[in-house]
Amino acid sequence: MEIIKDLVVQNSFVMSFLFIGLVMAGCELLANRLFRGRVHASAIAIFAGLVAAYIGGRLTGGSKGIADVAAFSGVGLLGSSMMRDFTIISTSYGADLDEFRKCGKSGVIALFFGVLSSFVVGMLIAIAFGFRSPDEVTVIASGAVSFIVGPVTASTLGVTSEVVAVSIAAGVVKSIAIMIGTPIVGKYIGLTTPKAAMVYGAMMGSTSGVSAGLAATDETLVPYGAMMATFYLGLGCLVCPTLFHWMCSWLVGLLV
Amino acid sequence: MIFGSAIIALCMLVGYTIGEWLGVLFGIGTNVGGVGFSMVCLLLLTNWMRKRRKLHAGMEKGIQFWKGMYIPVVVAMSASQDVVSAISQGSVAILAGIAAVCTVFILMFFLSKRGLLE
Repeated sequence: MEIIKDLVVQNSFVMSFLFIGLVMAGCELLANRLFRGRVHASAIAIFAGLVAAYIGGRLTGGSKGIADVAAFSGVGLLGSSMMRDFTIISTSYGADLDEFRKCGKSGVIALFFGVLSSFVVGMLIAIAFGFRSPDEVTVIASGAVSFIVGPVTASTLGVTSEVVAVSIAAGVVKSIAIMIGTPIVGKYIGLTTPKAAMVYGAMMGSTSGVSAGLAATDETLVPYGAMMATFYLGLGCLVCPTLFHWMCSWLVGLLV
Repeated sequence: MIFGSAIIALCMLVGYTIGEWLGVLFGIGTNVGGVGFSMVCLLLLTNWMRKRRKLHAGMEKGIQFWKGMYIPVVVAMSASQDVVSAISQGSVAILAGIAAVCTVFILMFFLSKRGLLE
């Protein structure tokens, strides 16, 4: 037993193939037997991953989910942003170039409205919970945009308090909610065409959330949504600490 | 296989460079759409190579392999999220995150009802 444990720890990256493979196999079985194909196996696998991350976090107190458990540290490497981006890029192979061209203008509009809507919602909730400092409200609202935009905005505005943690948490909750919610509501919100996926990715942002959510809904839509989501992040980092910060300061100023 | 992987890596390098460069241009300390540009790059490059019959079966297999690894990677990614701290930051974080997602669901619902997503 001890020997096996050492081997798994020493070869953790390769062993993560075994671990994820087993998870996928189990979820495929569940999807076919228990849900009779009505729930996508990937949706169950992603949810199982989140549960594993919760357990790992509880066990170790670390911030990398199950990857903080030594035997599963390879999962952290396999699921790192480097591997995520590398495989996302590969999904664009075989995608239809014309679909991207067709969506150009509506995509840009969707990007702007997506960042704006998340920011405004985050702002209103921060204000409702009694935050009155324009900088802090901006940081929390930027977290609702994405968990990367939150800290970027905080460092631009020089905010260092615990609201940065709140803002990151808001972004992570958002991406988890997208992972779980997308396959559930996908059909009802028309998530069936490349154009819909592009508008969705553009409005939702969060590359991890959108790419996982679309994978669990319809794998062929992934490249369209994921590409727009990566531009969302850039736009968010651009407008949140500047334009939206001014708007937020003005609105909070009216309240106080 | 390795040529396929190398092509993706090359596109990643090119796309990221554009993203970093845009980040510097706008004065924000982050990569702007690097992955997006990489995807465009891979699309254009493979299309171009296919037309000139330079895209060999082996390369194609290499790219297809990573495309197939995408979902396992996403599962590994979800297993290494900081779920505990996300939940334990309190109701502001949870509400803000979920409300932002629901708003987009509602917007998408109306867009699809008006037939704007066809």
